[in-house]
Amino acid sequence: MHIVVCIKQVPDSAQIRVHPVTNTIMRQGVPAIVNPYDLFSLEEALRLKDEYGGRVTVLSMGPPQAEAALRKAISFGADDAILVTDRAFAGSDTLATSFALASAIQKIHEDMPVDIVFAGKQTIDGDTAQVGPGIAKRMDLQLLTYVSSITDLDLENREITLHRRAEGGVQVLKTSLPCLITMLEGTNEMRFATLPNMFRAARYPLKQWDKDAAGITDVSKIGLKGSPTIVSKVFAPQPKTIPAEIIDCESKQPKDLAVTLLAKMFTKFPNLHEDIAKANA
Amino acid sequence: MDEKFDAIVIGAGPSGNAAAYTMAKAGLKVLQIERGEYPGSKNVQGAILYSKALEEIIPDFREDAPLERHLIEQQMWVLDDESYIGTTYRSAEFNQEPYNRYTIIRAQFDKWFSKRVQEAGALLVCETTVTNLLMDGNRVIGVQTDRENGAIYADVVVLADGVNSLLAKKAGFHAELEPKDVALAVKEIHFLPEETIQSRFNIGEGEGVVIEMAGKITQGMMGTGFLYTNKDSLTIGVGCMLSDFKQQKITPYELLEKMKAHPAIKPLLAGGEMKEYTAHLIPEGGYKAMPKLFGEGWMIVGDAGMFVNAVHREGSNLAMTTGRYAAEAVIDLKEKKLPMTAANLARYQGRLEDSFVMKDMKKYKNMPEIFHKNNHFFTTYPELLNRAAHTMLTVDGVDKKSKEREIRKSFKQRRSLFGLMGDAFKMWRAFE
Ligand SMILES: Cc1cc2nc3c(=O)[nH]c(=O)nc-3n(C[C@H](O)[C@H](O)[C@H](O)COP(=O)(O)OP(=O)(O)OC[C@H]3O[C@@H](n4cnc5c(N)ncnc54)[C@H](O)[C@@H]3O)c2cc1C
Ligand SMILES: Cc1cc2nc3c(=O)[nH]c(=O)nc-3n(C[C@H](O)[C@H](O)[C@H](O)COP(=O)(O)OP(=O)(O)OC[C@H]3O[C@@H](n4cnc5c(N)ncnc54)[C@H](O)[C@@H]3O)c2cc1C
Repeated sequence: MHIVVCIKQVPDSAQIRVHPVTNTIMRQGVPAIVNPYDLFSLEEALRLKDEYGGRVTVLSMGPPQAEAALRKAISFGADDAILVTDRAFAGSDTLATSFALASAIQKIHEDMPVDIVFAGKQTIDGDTAQVGPGIAKRMDLQLLTYVSSITDLDLENREITLHRRAEGGVQVLKTSLPCLITMLEGTNEMRFATLPNMFRAARYPLKQWDKDAAGITDVSKIGLKGSPTIVSKVFAPQPKTIPAEIIDCESKQPKDLAVTLLAKMFTKFPNLHEDIAKANA
Repeated sequence: MDEKFDAIVIGAGPSGNAAAYTMAKAGLKVLQIERGEYPGSKNVQGAILYSKALEEIIPDFREDAPLERHLIEQQMWVLDDESYIGTTYRSAEFNQEPYNRYTIIRAQFDKWFSKRVQEAGALLVCETTVTNLLMDGNRVIGVQTDRENGAIYADVVVLADGVNSLLAKKAGFHAELEPKDVALAVKEIHFLPEETIQSRFNIGEGEGVVIEMAGKITQGMMGTGFLYTNKDSLTIGVGCMLSDFKQQKITPYELLEKMKAHPAIKPLLAGGEMKEYTAHLIPEGGYKAMPKLFGEGWMIVGDAGMFVNAVHREGSNLAMTTGRYAAEAVIDLKEKKLPMTAANLARYQGRLEDSFVMKDMKKYKNMPEIFHKNNHFFTTYPELLNRAAHTMLTVDGVDKKSKEREIRKSFKQRRSLFGLMGDAFKMWRAFE
């Protein structure tokens, strides 16, 4: 069995700051991480490999620094890593990104047939959740999003059974391979890499593919040219602040403070009494 | 794991990087283990980089190292509550290449250094903590990490794990650090546009200023403050002995907040936005608090070995130099095919003794005690100096001779003549 996991390197959103002077997003110095949603998928792929054998190849499109994300995936236990990197990809939107990734997966497939492709549910920087489905559509793969668990994999009959979160319930689905899966967040906790795998990751001779190696001949489908999305404006929403009120009373006793607070609440919402009674009824 | 290395270096700060780089460059098989997410992620420093120590390891470092500004001016301030008296030294000579001192941001600098280490051929593993040294009798034969299958062996282990080296303590090489031997420093980085910094400090592009501060800002505790100019930010911080913090019950944060509000400091920071707040220990016990530095199959370098000159605010340079010396000892033994025994590793100590490292450590060995036993240096004297300046500079119809007499009297009232002479003598002895 051969699994391909698409991972994207993203800035650690918890550490992004807006430059106080220029008001632009400061990417410099913000540590880059593997898109957290992709780790749920990677862990699922590694579990399938543990159970059924086979190989896991991780794939990323991005600048040369994205190498770090791929090495991390190797340290967790992925077998191979490919970085698709080329100046020609600059400015790619989701349409162009899914085109490039689909081409690369096709190339990987020619080398060793691919049974399952995993993608993250969405990224934490672009947030569109379009790339996974885009790849599935282009490669004509069964698309399974919001998967919460894979319950059975029948390699002989090439069938997969899984649970998918849907509005108001859980769907139990069975479909044929090859397919593309995006895992729901919180499904798996990423494993802790072993020391030998840390060594392997540090030493792994990463494969770097340019657009030709990724099998892309039509350059009008990648980069800015292949990206119909137009970003007309980027701005940080103004946070709404409601000034907090500090309630004080002379005695400083908790009981009196509570009474003061209640008095204030009932003055501000005169119907509170009735509302509570109604809600209780 | 079965794989064996010539050397394992624990830590990827300046000392570990210097050691790993030097050994890898000489063709040794080196493993470096760092617990942080990446080298520099956990490290805190002012920070001033002294070129010499790095130049001896990477002569062309200026080509691509992330350097903020080269320093052309040094100010020393002695602060009272509302004022300061100080000196400034600025020289055009500092503007001649190659520059001697730079401000750096450690997170970036360590990353750069580490890249060089890896290019030299060392294997770096991050996000991995060494939990124990592996021993065969009294000989260190490898390390245990917190990962599955995490034991790994080498001929020699270099402990470059920084202040409060838990590993050295666990192995019994090092006694528990005493609060009187470590300073706790806090610092913040404040953003300001490059041009604002340049006009505010009267410097050109790429030029920088250092302000070292002592006096009332530490509220009687033994310590100093500092303010450095980076490219588009300022670093401000203060550090005092841990034992003093404990006694005075002041938090480092409060101290820094008060310091930032000082009328002489506030305008320098005005308009900036705080980007980063960090706290870190500095080993300042000096020569007398140093642990044993080598043994059977191990050596200690950098902060882990107390290699800090608190008076001159040197640490990273000592870290790099001690890392290099330890590496050179290993290279020498490898070339001669000699084992990494304590007797053979003694050449590391030999190199230290012959160099500025131990000479400086010894020269200042009494400094910590003098300051500890005498808080006049941090309270009375700053106040008196500032008052003296105020008296002399206030034109109020009193003749200068009377003013001088008044100043002398105020000094004697606060501290006996005998005490004053004694302090001066002690300082002189300590610096001698
Ligand atoms: C408003 C907006 C403006 C943008 N402007 C620009 C721009 O000007 N220049 C520019 O370069 N980019 C730009 N981008 C980013 C670019 O469009 C997206 O990063 C890229 O198309 C992926 O989309 P996403 O991040 O929304 O991924 P999603 O569709 O949310 O990702 C889903 C999953 O697809 C996989 N995946 C996504 N991207 C990759 C990848 N690169 N490699 C491997 N796997 C991947 C991952 O498994 C991921 O979890 C912009 C994005 C948005 C939303
Ligand atoms: C506020 C402040 C200002 C300073 N200013 C200056 C200055 O201006 N100029 C100057 O020269 N010096 C300055 N110093 C001192 C300087 O920072 C230190 O001397 C220097 O960092 C020591 O380097 P090191 O490599 O020995 O230790 P560190 O830089 O502390 O590196 C130790 C490394 O080991 C890692 N580590 C620790 N334990 C383990 C473990 N068990 N397993 C794996 N990894 C581990 C840590 O994560 C860390 O990366 C300052 C220090 C402070 C705190």
